[in-house]
Amino acid sequence: MILALLIAVLFVGGLLAWVSESLDPRFPRMVALITIVIDLLLMLSLLGAQEGVSPWLVSFETDWIPRFGISFFLAADGLSVLLLLLTAFLGIIAVGSAWNEINQRTGFFYFNLLWTLAGVLGVFTALDLFLFFFFWEVMLIPMYFIIAIWGHENRNYAAMKFFIFTQVSGLLMLVSILGLAYFHFLQFGSFSFNYQDLLAVDVSTGLSFWLMLGFFISFTTKLPSVPLHSWLPDAHSQAPTAGSVILAGILLKTGAYGLIRFAVPLFPEASMEFAPVAMTLAAISILYCAKVAFAQDDLKRLIAYTSVSHMGFVTLGIYAWNEQALQGAVMTMLAHGLSAAALFMLAGGLQHRIHTRKMSEMGGYWASVPRMSAVALFFSVAALGMPGLGNFIGEFLALLGAFQANVTVTVVSAFGLILASVYSLWVIQEVFHGELRADQQHSQGLKDLDNRELVYFAAMMLGLLWMGLYPQSFLSLSQMSLENLLADTGVAVQALVVAP
Amino acid sequence: MNMTITDLIPLSPLLVVTATVVLAMLGIAWRRSYSLTATITISGFLVATIVAALLLPETRQQVTPLMIVDSLSLLFTLTSCVAALFIAILAYPYLQELDDQREEYFLLLALATVGAVVMVSSNHFVTTVLGLETLSMSLYGMIAYPLHSQVAGKYPLEASVKYLVLSAAASAFILFGVALIYAATGTLTFASLQQGPDGVIAPLDPMFAVVALTMVAVGIGFKLSLAPFHLWTPDVYEGAPLPSTAYLATIGKAAMFVVLLRYVEASDALAYPAVLSLFTFIAILSMLAGNLLALMQDNLKRILAYSSIAHMGYLLVALIAGYYASGTLSVEAVLFYLLAYVVMTLGAFGVASVVSSSAKEFDVIHDYRGLFWREPWLAAIMTGMLLSLAGIPLTVGFIGKFYVFFAGVESGLWLLLAAMVIGSGIGLYYYLRIVYRMLMPEKDRDPFREGGVESLSSYGVLVLLFVMLILFGVYPTPLVTLIESTSAGL
Repeated sequence: MILALLIAVLFVGGLLAWVSESLDPRFPRMVALITIVIDLLLMLSLLGAQEGVSPWLVSFETDWIPRFGISFFLAADGLSVLLLLLTAFLGIIAVGSAWNEINQRTGFFYFNLLWTLAGVLGVFTALDLFLFFFFWEVMLIPMYFIIAIWGHENRNYAAMKFFIFTQVSGLLMLVSILGLAYFHFLQFGSFSFNYQDLLAVDVSTGLSFWLMLGFFISFTTKLPSVPLHSWLPDAHSQAPTAGSVILAGILLKTGAYGLIRFAVPLFPEASMEFAPVAMTLAAISILYCAKVAFAQDDLKRLIAYTSVSHMGFVTLGIYAWNEQALQGAVMTMLAHGLSAAALFMLAGGLQHRIHTRKMSEMGGYWASVPRMSAVALFFSVAALGMPGLGNFIGEFLALLGAFQANVTVTVVSAFGLILASVYSLWVIQEVFHGELRADQQHSQGLKDLDNRELVYFAAMMLGLLWMGLYPQSFLSLSQMSLENLLADTGVAVQALVVAP
Repeated sequence: MNMTITDLIPLSPLLVVTATVVLAMLGIAWRRSYSLTATITISGFLVATIVAALLLPETRQQVTPLMIVDSLSLLFTLTSCVAALFIAILAYPYLQELDDQREEYFLLLALATVGAVVMVSSNHFVTTVLGLETLSMSLYGMIAYPLHSQVAGKYPLEASVKYLVLSAAASAFILFGVALIYAATGTLTFASLQQGPDGVIAPLDPMFAVVALTMVAVGIGFKLSLAPFHLWTPDVYEGAPLPSTAYLATIGKAAMFVVLLRYVEASDALAYPAVLSLFTFIAILSMLAGNLLALMQDNLKRILAYSSIAHMGYLLVALIAGYYASGTLSVEAVLFYLLAYVVMTLGAFGVASVVSSSAKEFDVIHDYRGLFWREPWLAAIMTGMLLSLAGIPLTVGFIGKFYVFFAGVESGLWLLLAAMVIGSGIGLYYYLRIVYRMLMPEKDRDPFREGGVESLSSYGVLVLLFVMLILFGVYPTPLVTLIESTSAGL
């Protein structure tokens, strides 16, 4: 019940935020903040839940469309809870980053923000595949509005591209889901979209590859991974800061979550046969996008490409499909959620102040904005994988796990860490070091971070430090769910390993 | 066969609509009053709706060999009457300022609905053709209605003549095909291909049957504007006054598709490989051509015209799936999608109709710039309708698409599904283009909505359609149950 409540609170909060605008344009942001804080508090109560006989900490199920065996089935295990917490935390950060930046049509903005978050919570908890797909699509529309209304100069193109990429790949997943449901009908005599029912379905080998591919394409478009990543730089560079925070911090993680929860467990054999290809694509993502990032002049595009690069480690970890690698993937998701969100906020903050994202027009800001520069340095260093911060734990574990599965790809991917250092430090050098050039008219209005901004940057720093210094508190939460997933697929995977 | 009173009860929705036509005509002859004629028509549709709804749970009856009254026909009688009711309410303010006689429009509207009701209740070619011609004849008039207006800027005559010529040609194709079938089997019932006059399997030569069925398919393809028989669609949609376009696009298409569904189910026409490949080819071409051609348009009516071609293609996918699968899923998919299509198309045309009048139609998508900030509710309804046409969740269009995809997967129609995915992807672009226009900042002094009459009841219709759109998109179970029992009885 509490899971349905979590989602309902956001939907209702969104409507309230929209309505409250007519009273005062400053009300929506407060409504939004209060709504998400309530949600976060509700989620914290999940942490105390005891694991019972069922694999889920909490679950909620009721009939929805009985004709097709579709139920409204929400459930959460440790993995979901971690991602729920991340969603609420970054939701608050996103409201904070929009606090002063969005001053037109505020009601509708926070409505969209909250509905996106509601869709994401649905994705992380839905265990009926129809319901999952439903939420998967529901989160797109408000995000489209956020980019299309409050975005920058080329917003129409970016919003359209974002929508079409994710929607079309989503339709492929829909076909796969329906295929699974139909196989359930053939084998058990009734339609079902229930995750646990569908795990038991035995799809014939030839077709299971294609059905798996439907899921894989949909999730790696969202993740994104080469070659389906091209919407991301456009969407990120055009979105308002809060949109980028949600997009990089949370929406990308839904793709990774889908791979862990659905794509691999539903088709273990097909996925393991496909793993070398997936891991190769991951390695290409890591190296190619790191290289492309280095060639960008637009700060937000650069960060967007680094996101693709970091998400490569997640794919790598998932398709290695052992406990270390999966833990690494989950840690990378969490840590990258924070670090990428922070970097986008810095880029957005700079753009808000100097009205450009071009790095060639920046330089030497350290003297005038020392606090901002130090914060930027912290998060750049976090992104490049400095030990002691969350990203290091995630990428290290992912590589460690992947090494056991595929040595060549892992060795190649590891070079991504070097490239990450190059572009991260290069950004710091270009933007904050050097001399403040006299011809920079943009830089006149440059103000340092105010207290409000410092508070949420500090919160994110603490989060990354916590992940980096005491990762066990996160690892132990997701451990149980990952072990369950591995155990479910274990038989199939072992059979495959022994066969040759 | 003699007709008795018990035969008349199932036909009562049809009789009510027919009586409405007569009453409206007498009313006009007695005294010309715009509001009186409209009131008669609207209340007639209302009564017919209620009667059809009352009959729906019980009645299953073949009334003479010509007409069948079962849950399918009653469901679509109900749909046609509700849609006609909505269109009449939308047409009232639209035509209010027309500088010509206005009353006969409602007469034609009711007459066309008689045709539609006959079509959805027919399982015999005689009634099909009668209904079809009644519907088409009335539509010629409805399309050309503002012909003598000095202020209307469109080309109603061109549209009407185009529709007349092509529609007549299509009817000729259908009649020729029917005549061939009759020549071979000696009966005009839909089941004639399966059963001869004495209930035995007719020894029909396959070649002969294929030619005949192809003729019928071509005629129906014209009426449904399936590619490659779609060329008239955008011009007629654009030239016709908005309520007529809405009528043509919703009731006209739905009634024709019900006939097609009944025919395919009764005759097993798809069992001929050539007919099956023809339908597959038409479906793929419609989905791709409709969506691709819509990309280039700047006129809302033309966009919706091309998109309707694509939607008819999606419907064909479900129809074809019915041949492969044994269950009723594909029939349910057709019915659900058809109902969803009527709701969302009517909604989209309804919004356009509310902001337009017979003197000036706002049908270029640029006219809708900034609508979100000027009239948020209207824009929200339009956005809902467009997203539903695109098949996005929370709307009934998504459930419809889900149904069609499911039917396709069940039958393993991978090629058609691939075309549908591609088509839907392309479709997103032009739907979002309109949505984006509405989101753009408004410009000062747009000559939007000048003149015209505002009517509260048209807004009521739009809100009702929007509620249906969302309600059946989020909780479709009642509708699903209704359709399940309907298709089980087929």
